[in-house]
Amino acid sequence: MSDTIEQDAHGHVDTIQLSAELVEAASVASHDVAEYALWLGDDSLVLAQNLGWWISRAPELEEDIALGNIALDLIGHARSLLHYAGAESGRTEDDLAYWRDEPQWRSAHLFEQPNGDFAHTIARQFIAAHYLFELYSALMQSTDATLAAIAAKAVKEVDYHRDHSIQWVLRLALGTEESRRRMITGLSDLWPFVEELFVDEPLIDRLEGAAVRPSSLRGAVEAAMFPVLAEAELDVPRGFISSGGGRRGDHSENLGPMLAELQVLARAHPGAKW
Amino acid sequence: MRSSRGISHTHVGSLHAPDATLAVRNARDLYTRRNEGVSIWVVPADAITTSDPDAKGAFFESPAGKNYRHASYYTKSEGVKHL
Repeated sequence: MSDTIEQDAHGHVDTIQLSAELVEAASVASHDVAEYALWLGDDSLVLAQNLGWWISRAPELEEDIALGNIALDLIGHARSLLHYAGAESGRTEDDLAYWRDEPQWRSAHLFEQPNGDFAHTIARQFIAAHYLFELYSALMQSTDATLAAIAAKAVKEVDYHRDHSIQWVLRLALGTEESRRRMITGLSDLWPFVEELFVDEPLIDRLEGAAVRPSSLRGAVEAAMFPVLAEAELDVPRGFISSGGGRRGDHSENLGPMLAELQVLARAHPGAKW
Repeated sequence: MRSSRGISHTHVGSLHAPDATLAVRNARDLYTRRNEGVSIWVVPADAITTSDPDAKGAFFESPAGKNYRHASYYTKSEGVKHL
């Protein structure tokens, strides 16, 4: 996640990709916009780190690549967002990824939830991709040119993530008795974390026009998810709702160990290049 | 896979998938990672009828030595233009 990647044998792909969205961003984000970019960047990075675990462990080789591709898309979004978020305080995307402790992370709890079995991961993807698609669709209209540009690129990629998750929800739910049982369990385990995605924190009031109001996304996200659940003959889970708090730095027990793995190398060898 | 408009589809590989819909997506994930294509066709393996590799001789050796089947075998007549 640093500019050293451009020395990679595969050329300069990463730097080109990053600069495209940031080309008009000679502007530096305000403190509030930077905080908002952290929300979105942390969501993507945490989800990508979780998904990366599946590489070599997915049910089939093709799915290894599919989940790996999705994780890489998300890392791309995280890089752009954290780069933008860090400029305000003079920090690089690497500083933000590797040198913040758990209370400084702003990811929502959904993204931190463990991979579980494949159905849990698909349930998490299903919710996450639907949320991200509606978020980025709306964020394209942002008055902040950099956020709008990042959203315009990301929305096409999360559209595919959404499709990928839908295909699997349908197949697992309508497959065997065992796959259906797992899909129902996965969905009901992840559903408590939907609510936090639609909570308007005070930060949002200060960013009218630049940020997307989370509560405004609920209608579109539900309108896209519910027909798929109906087709898959799944009920919308009810009951327990997580208290959330990720945007304020209150995280579930899952984030700490995950960050330890994400950050250990950079912290053991500060400034190392590879 | 068709690499761009106007080019024929060419074979790029084989994969596993539970059905045709997912096969197209798996192919997208496996074979378009480096911007290789604009169109994907998938065909189930059992729908492909192939020539017999052991019958290679009977199938493919006949054209050998028949270079009169190539246009370049013939000498151009004098004065013929645009050939």
